[in-house]
Amino acid sequence: MEENLIIEGTNKTPVIKFYYENGSIEISGKSIPENSIGFYQPIYSWIDNYATKPSPKTEIKINLEYFNTSSSKCLLDILRKFESIKKAGKSDIEVLWHYEADDEDMMEAGDDYNSLVDLTFRLIKV
Amino acid sequence: MNTEIDINTFYSEMKNENVILSYKGDISQELISALYPIIENRLEEEVDDQKRRKKIFHVLVECLQNVLHHMETFRSSAEFELMKGNVSGQFMMTRRGDGGYNIFTGNFILNKNFNVLKERIDKVNSMDSNELKAFYLGSLSTSELSEKGGAGLGIIDMARKSENKLEYKIHQLSDVYSFFTLAVKIN
Repeated sequence: MEENLIIEGTNKTPVIKFYYENGSIEISGKSIPENSIGFYQPIYSWIDNYATKPSPKTEIKINLEYFNTSSSKCLLDILRKFESIKKAGKSDIEVLWHYEADDEDMMEAGDDYNSLVDLTFRLIKV
Repeated sequence: MNTEIDINTFYSEMKNENVILSYKGDISQELISALYPIIENRLEEEVDDQKRRKKIFHVLVECLQNVLHHMETFRSSAEFELMKGNVSGQFMMTRRGDGGYNIFTGNFILNKNFNVLKERIDKVNSMDSNELKAFYLGSLSTSELSEKGGAGLGIIDMARKSENKLEYKIHQLSDVYSFFTLAVKIN
């Protein structure tokens, strides 16, 4: 099933726009839920399914205003799933990590993830 | 309950501070969700610098979720039953005379859980920014997230983002439980 995953954002959960066909992945807004696993579980499942037949090119746009430590673990899990897809040679994957010009913490968070997973990162100032 | 044992004791030691926001009562997931937009509005009015506003909000979210985590643990204890549910958590945000901000939280904690927390805070307080980064990344990449969401990362993150030592006090109230207060300072 090559379905897209679209979830609207709230004041504590991010917008999710995962398009299967062209491998366009977006997580943006705020991610500060108390129970982040509850929120991210369907996203893990979607990626597991995507991994079976991914687009030759996957572009992951992450543009978060805030994320809590509970979400930080989930974000890592998501990136690791994409890392596995890349390692299997199934898709070229690039992470576009966005941060606001004066938000050094968010820029550093991008660096943090870049050091933890083997994916190409581009830090983009917005 | 001894009314001396609360966040106000901590606060009263600080001079020249203005209270921006204060709450005392039951702290639930619903409550803190409802508070986020209120807090964000107050920060918009209060803090001109967007970078600092984001930092304060980020630390505040971590602090509230930390209190919630402890409250939920405490709520499932036998002690909670004995106290007939008369258990409140607290938090307060103040502006210091020097223009910085303090976030105070207070919550009950079971003594058996206390050592882990104390050790973690003491460890974090002994680290410089590079060590904190390494500790955070190490914990992030190895920790398992519990259902409740606590992966032990919150305390490290508070220290890392606030760029200050975490101050805490424990008031032991019985053999079983204590009241724990935490102050996080943001420049």
